[in-house]
Amino acid sequence: MTDYDVVVVGAGPGGSIAAKTAAEKGLDVLLIEKRQEIGVPVRCAEGVSKEDLEKFVEPDKRWIAAEIEKAWIFSPDETKVELSAEKAGNEVGYVLERKIFDRHLARLASKAGAEVRVKTSAVGLKRENGIVKLKIRSLGKEEEITTKIVIGADGIESKVGKWAGIDTTLKLGEIESCVQYLMTNIEFESDVTYFWVGKRFAPGGYIWLFPKGDDAANVGIGVMPSIAEKKAKEYLDDFVRKKFPDGEIVEVVVGGVPVSGGLKSAVSDNVMLVGDAARFADPITGGGIINAMKSGYYAGITAYEAVVEEDYSAKFLKKYDERWKKDFGKKLERNKKIQEKLLKMDDETFNKIAKSLEGMRIEEFSVKRLVLEIFKKYPKLFWDMKDLIF
Amino acid sequence: MKRIVVNRYKCAYCGACVSVCKFDANELVETYLEIYPDKCTLCMVCVKTCPMGALEVVE
Repeated sequence: MTDYDVVVVGAGPGGSIAAKTAAEKGLDVLLIEKRQEIGVPVRCAEGVSKEDLEKFVEPDKRWIAAEIEKAWIFSPDETKVELSAEKAGNEVGYVLERKIFDRHLARLASKAGAEVRVKTSAVGLKRENGIVKLKIRSLGKEEEITTKIVIGADGIESKVGKWAGIDTTLKLGEIESCVQYLMTNIEFESDVTYFWVGKRFAPGGYIWLFPKGDDAANVGIGVMPSIAEKKAKEYLDDFVRKKFPDGEIVEVVVGGVPVSGGLKSAVSDNVMLVGDAARFADPITGGGIINAMKSGYYAGITAYEAVVEEDYSAKFLKKYDERWKKDFGKKLERNKKIQEKLLKMDDETFNKIAKSLEGMRIEEFSVKRLVLEIFKKYPKLFWDMKDLIF
Repeated sequence: MKRIVVNRYKCAYCGACVSVCKFDANELVETYLEIYPDKCTLCMVCVKTCPMGALEVVE
């Protein structure tokens, strides 16, 4: 007998969906969160596609801070390219209030039957006779619990993977170093997301502005440490000083985003990794919420099947790998390759492309659409990317 | 002896440094960052990654 069928480490969107899915199937599930509050501190720009989100949860105005209709992308010389969201599949349709959203998902897991414990962290994992002995620390007290499966949803700093023998270490070219300010007293259109690209603004990444209602917006930056000459915070400070001299910063959010394109395999015996722990953020946009939720769902389903079959081996859990790869694995791989090409592009080229697209209304708000338009305009430049796009 | 220290006033406990360390020389413990000098090789990857510039090398 084990204490639990499944222990989920980390109550972000991936962890909560995994716990909810497994609990709905009737498994004994424990969801632990090392912080005292779920959803705090936020480590995210909070943008998410409407269509994908609505597959998992009914939208609720309590955790939707803004609805987005279009995106403006600015090249290094600030030429504007406009993407509209007239077709489904837009990449940023909602800006969430993650503090509320994450708690809502944890509540759904709890309602489904999962036990939730906050201020509880996993501090060690060992396997014995086909089950896992997981050491946890809760309010200063250590205890050892047994479980058939551990789902590691412990974010970019994941330890579960390392304990289980999965190498999750990121290289300097596989992480975006990010800082974001919640700013007031700045001017912006409340249904538009803004992106500033190119090395002038953010080497290896971009600067974003995501509205959160009419009077506040997330203004943030991601840079790649392998090519950045300054800290992410220094680039962002330079930008907001020039662009929003009267702006006030009312919150600071800091984090890393894994842009390696996903692990080759996110399983080992008794263990599956989801979300940022499995490096599932999109290499171009940095978006990770939807892939985290999808992977949480697949991990929950696979855990159920493993419990039914009483097989918790890596060989059986490979079903999880097959599921996430079939869903978004190819896109991660493709976008990693496109990102590598984009990293080689100089600011002058970004400007030329933006000039050629200026004034066009690109009627779909997605990276794929944008890349296709660039491809049409710049076939020579993108001839070697055709295999990645089609 | 050189070692890496965390400026707790700048650190936001985001875990970016933990994700790039090959040697498990740092760890987020609930809401603070612990650095283990005995495991650290001074490769500086964590220093370069920190978005806030919270990690510093001291003698």
